[in-house]
Amino acid sequence: MTTTDSREPAAARAGEVWKVYGTGEARVVALRGVSAEFERGRFTAIMGPSGSGKSTLMHCLAGLDTVDRGEVHVGGTKITGMGDKALTRLRRDRVGFIFQQFNLLPTLSAQENIRLPLDIAGRKPDPQWWDIVIDTVGLRDRLSHRPSQLSGGQQQRVACARALIGRPDVIFADEPTGNLDSRSGAEILSFLRASVREHNQTIVMVTHDPVAASYADRVVFLADGAIVDELTGPTPETVLDMMKRLDTHAEPVML
Amino acid sequence: MLRATLKSLLARKLRLILSGLAVVLGVMFVAGAFVVTDTLSKSFDSLFASAYSTTDVGVTAKPKVAVSEFEGEEVVTPLPASALAQVRGVPGVKSAAGLVDADGARVIGSDGKVLTSVGPPRIGSAWAGTDDLVQLREGRGPTADDEFVVNATVAKAAGIKVGDRVGVLTLEPKKEFKLVGIYGYSGDRDSLGGVQEVAFTEPVAQKLMLGQTGVYSSVRVQAEPGVTPEALRDRIAATLGDGYVTKTGDQLVADTSADLQAGLGFFTNILLGFAGVALFVGIFLILNTFSIIVAQRTRELALMRALGASRRQMIGSVLVEAVVIGLIASVLGLAAGVGVGALLAYLFNSFAGGGMQLGTVGVPLTAIISSFVVGVLVTVVAAVLPALRASRIAPVAAMQDVATPDRPLTKVSVAGGVVTAAGATGLGLGLFADMGDATLWTILAGVLVSFIGIALLTPLISRPVVSAIGRLFSWSLPGRLGRLNSGRNPRRTAITAAALMVGIALVTGVTVVMDSAKASLKAEAATILKAEVVISGDQNGPRPPTYDPAVLRDTAKIPGVRAVAGLWNDQVTINGENHYVNATDNLAGLKDAFGNTAVGTPSTLRDDQLAVSVPEAQDYGWQVGTKLTIQPARGDPREYTIAAVYPEDSLPGSYVLPVAAAKDFGITQPTMGFVRLADGYAVSQVLPQVKALLADSPEVSAQDAQAFVDEQAATFDTLITMIQILLALAILIAVLGVINTLALSVLERTRELGLLRAVGLGRAQTMRMVTVEAVVISVFGALLGVVVGAGMGTAVTRALKSDGITELVLPWERMGTYLVLAALVGVIAAVLPAIRAARLNVLGAIAHD
Repeated sequence: MTTTDSREPAAARAGEVWKVYGTGEARVVALRGVSAEFERGRFTAIMGPSGSGKSTLMHCLAGLDTVDRGEVHVGGTKITGMGDKALTRLRRDRVGFIFQQFNLLPTLSAQENIRLPLDIAGRKPDPQWWDIVIDTVGLRDRLSHRPSQLSGGQQQRVACARALIGRPDVIFADEPTGNLDSRSGAEILSFLRASVREHNQTIVMVTHDPVAASYADRVVFLADGAIVDELTGPTPETVLDMMKRLDTHAEPVML
Repeated sequence: MLRATLKSLLARKLRLILSGLAVVLGVMFVAGAFVVTDTLSKSFDSLFASAYSTTDVGVTAKPKVAVSEFEGEEVVTPLPASALAQVRGVPGVKSAAGLVDADGARVIGSDGKVLTSVGPPRIGSAWAGTDDLVQLREGRGPTADDEFVVNATVAKAAGIKVGDRVGVLTLEPKKEFKLVGIYGYSGDRDSLGGVQEVAFTEPVAQKLMLGQTGVYSSVRVQAEPGVTPEALRDRIAATLGDGYVTKTGDQLVADTSADLQAGLGFFTNILLGFAGVALFVGIFLILNTFSIIVAQRTRELALMRALGASRRQMIGSVLVEAVVIGLIASVLGLAAGVGVGALLAYLFNSFAGGGMQLGTVGVPLTAIISSFVVGVLVTVVAAVLPALRASRIAPVAAMQDVATPDRPLTKVSVAGGVVTAAGATGLGLGLFADMGDATLWTILAGVLVSFIGIALLTPLISRPVVSAIGRLFSWSLPGRLGRLNSGRNPRRTAITAAALMVGIALVTGVTVVMDSAKASLKAEAATILKAEVVISGDQNGPRPPTYDPAVLRDTAKIPGVRAVAGLWNDQVTINGENHYVNATDNLAGLKDAFGNTAVGTPSTLRDDQLAVSVPEAQDYGWQVGTKLTIQPARGDPREYTIAAVYPEDSLPGSYVLPVAAAKDFGITQPTMGFVRLADGYAVSQVLPQVKALLADSPEVSAQDAQAFVDEQAATFDTLITMIQILLALAILIAVLGVINTLALSVLERTRELGLLRAVGLGRAQTMRMVTVEAVVISVFGALLGVVVGAGMGTAVTRALKSDGITELVLPWERMGTYLVLAALVGVIAAVLPAIRAARLNVLGAIAHD
C-alpha cells in the first residue's frame, strides 16, 4: 500500500546499529554493530539466548527505542533521528505490533480493539481486507466481546488482527506465543505464516522457542549483541542444534 | 508489621500528600480561627488598657433603651452636670472630668464623600486638651465654636489639612468647621484601634453629639493616692444611686474588649465553617485514596495474610497509616494555621482595625489540641472502610492473578438509599416541623447525612450518567477512550465526583434560596412601593445614613411633587419591650407612597398617637384606642394612643409614630424619604431637582423606585458572591481529588497507555484522552451538585414560603456556569496526569507489570 521505488527496499533494515545502556560499571552493550535486512513478504524470526539483544534489536527496528550509532530504516524511510511525532505516525501507519501480553484495551470490544490503529489515524478499514483478516483469525462471532470474555488464544488472535488490519510495512511480534498453551500457540503461528504466504505481509518475530522459530522462512541468531548466524527454511531440530552450538554456557533453551 | 506499614507509606509519598492536603487545609482553618481570635483579643486588651490608662473609675448613665448587638448601636444617654458635681464631692476623688464622646460624627472628605467605617465608630467628642495619651501633632485645640480638630486617621482618610473648612454630619445636618489641629496618640499612633475621632469645643460637642448642652457622656475619675479604684467605685455608686453604671478602669478594659471580641465570634464561625467544609470534602478524598491503595496492594496484603498476619493486624496496618498521615497533616495544618491566623489578624488590623498595635501572635493550647484531634480523627474515620476491606482480602488472592472483579453495587446502593432517606427526613423535619432551637442543627445534619447518602448512591447512577456525559466527547477516538475509562471504576469515579458535588450543591442550594428571596423582594416591592422617587443611602457603618429634614420641605415645593414623606427610625421600648419603630412627618404621603387605601387610617397623627400593624396588634391584643408607653433613646417615656391599625405592608414596618417623637430618637434626622408625583409629571423632570437638594447630605441619594428596589436586591448578590468564595475552597479540594484519581488511573493503566502509544496514539491525543476522563468526572460531579443543590434549595425555599419567600427561582444561568466551570476544573485537574501520561516511555510502559 505504501509507494515504493523500483529497487523494493527491505521492509526493515538495521545498519551498523549500536545500543548501549548505562554508564561506567553498569554499562551494558546490548547491540554491537548489528546489520540486518528483513525482506518484504518474508517471515523472519530473531532468536538468541536471554540477554542476547534480540528484543532490543526489535525495539530499535520498530522505532520504540533509539539507537546510539548506526541507522534504522523502515520501508524506504530512515527513522533514526525522527522526533516523537514522526515516530508516532510511523508506528501508526507503517508498523504493526503483537505482544506477549496481548495488550488489548479492556474497555473496547474485540472489533474496536482491531480497529484501534485505524481509528487513531482516522482511517476507515478496507472492507475486503477486513473480511479477509477477520475470517483468517476466525473471530467473526466474537467481535462484540470484551477481552475479558475471550480466552488467551482468542485475545492474541485479536491482537494479530489489530496488527494486520492497517496492512503495515512490517509487523513486529515479541514472543507472541510466550503466554499461550502449545495448541493456541500453534494456531497463532500458522496464522502468522499464512498472512505472510497468502497475503504478502512482512513479519519479524522475536522468540526463544525453536518450535515457534521453525514457522519462519528465515531465522537470525543473535548472541552478545551481534548476529552470529542464520538459517533459511528452519525446522525445530535445526534451530535447536544451532542454539546449542551457539551458546553452551547460556541457560538451557526451553522447549 | 509497623515497619512494613511505614515503609509502604514512604513508597507512596505523593499520593498521600495529595490526600493529606485536604486535611492540612481543614486543620489550617481550625487553627487559624483560634490564632486570629487569640491574637486580636490580646491586642484589644492592650489597646483598651492604653485607652483607659488614666481612668480609675468611669461613670455613665444607664441607657434608656438597652440595645443588643444585633439590633444596632446603643445610644448614649447623657449624664447631667449635676451628676458630675456629685462625683466631684465624693471623698477620695482627686479629679473628675466630664467627657463628651459619641458615635456618629461623619466627616465629609475633600472628595465630597462621607468617610466610611468598616467597624470602628466615628466619634465626635469635646476637646479636653493633650495628656499622656492624646498628643497634638499640628496646630492647636479648638477655641471657637466653628473650629475643630481631628485625629490623624481622619485627616489622612479625608485628605484634609489644617486651615481647611470641613463639613461634618452629626445629630444635626451638615455643618462646616475650620480644622485647626491634628492629633495623634502616644506611641505615634494615628488612632486607637481605627477609631475616627473629631473634637469640638465642649458646648458644640454636647449639642451635636448628645443633643443638648450641659450634659456629658461619661465621667472619668482619678483617685487620690491610697484610695483603691474598687473602693472609690463603690463610694461613687452609692452616692449616685440607680440610673448610673460605675466601673473601675480594669472593668472597663475587660468589658469593652469583651464586646469587641464578641464581634469576632462571627469571624471565627466563618473560619470554622471553612474548616468544616474542607474536612467533610477531605474525608471523601482520603477514603478514595485509601480504597485505591488497598486495591492496588491486594496481592501484597494477601501475601501478608498468607504469611500469618491476622485480620486485626491488617486493619491496624491501614489505620496506623491513617494516624501517621493525620499527624503529619495536623502538624502542617497547625503551622499553616498560625500563619493564616497571623495574616488575618494583620489584615483585620490594617483594614478594619487601623493602626492597632498587634500583640505577639498567640497560639493557644486549644488551637493545638483541636488541630490534632480534628486532623487525626478525620483521617482515621475516612480510613475505616478501606481498612475493613483490606482485612477481608483472602490469603489466596496472593496466588491468583485476577483483577479484583467488580463487586456488586446492591449493598452500597441500599445503604445509600437508607442514608439519603434519613438525611431527607432530617432536612424535612428541620424545615417544616417546629424543632425550636434544634432547627438549624437538624437542617445541617440533614444536609450532611443526605450528602453521604447521595455519595453512596452515586456509583449506581455513575455508569449511565457518566456514559451519557461522555457521549459529548465521543466524536473523536481519544474522547471515546476517555469516556470509557471514566466509566471503568464506578466507585472511584463516584466518590471523586461526590467530593465535587458537595461544594457545588451547597453553592447551588444557597443560590436558589437567595435568588428566590431576591425575586420575592422585588415582586413584593413592586406591588407595595408606589412612590416614584426614593431617598435612601447605603448603610456603611453602625449608624444609618441620614439627611437634612429641610430637604423634605423643599422637595414638597418642587412642581410635580404630589406628596413627600420622610422616615425616621430607631429602637424604642414599648411597654418595656424593645421594638423597631418608624416615624414620619407626613402620614398621608406615606400612605400614598405605599398605596395604602385602608379605610380607617387617619391621614395625620397627633403628637400622642401612633399606628400599629395588624399582626403586631393581634399578637399583643391591642386595638384602636389602646394606650402604650414608649421610651425613646433620649428623654422621658411618653404615652401614645393607637390611632390606627393598618394591614401589614401597607405602611413600612410595624409601628409608625408622628415626627415629633423622632426628636428623642438616637438619630434625629430622617433616614429615608418617599416622593409621589402628580399626574402628568415624569420622574426625569423631578429627580434631578431632588438630587440637587441633597447636595449637602452626601450620605443619601435620590433614585427612581426601580433603581431603589434593584439596589436593595443587590445585597443578595453580595451574599451569593461571599458564599461562592467560601465554597470555592471545597471545590479546590475536590479538584485535588480529581487530580489524585487521574494520577492513579494513569499509573494503573501504564501498560495500556504504552500500547496505545505503540500503535500510534500521539502525545496530544493521549493528553486529550486523559483530559476527557477528567472532564467527564468533573461534569458528573457538578451535575450531581447542581441537581442536589437545586433540590435542597427548592425545599428550603418552599419551607420559607410563609416567611415571605413566595417566588421560586432556579438560577439556570448560574447552574450552567457551574457546569462549564466544572469542565474547566476537569481540564485543569487533568494537566499534570495528562502530561505524565504523554511523557510515558512507550517501551517501559509495555514492559511494565
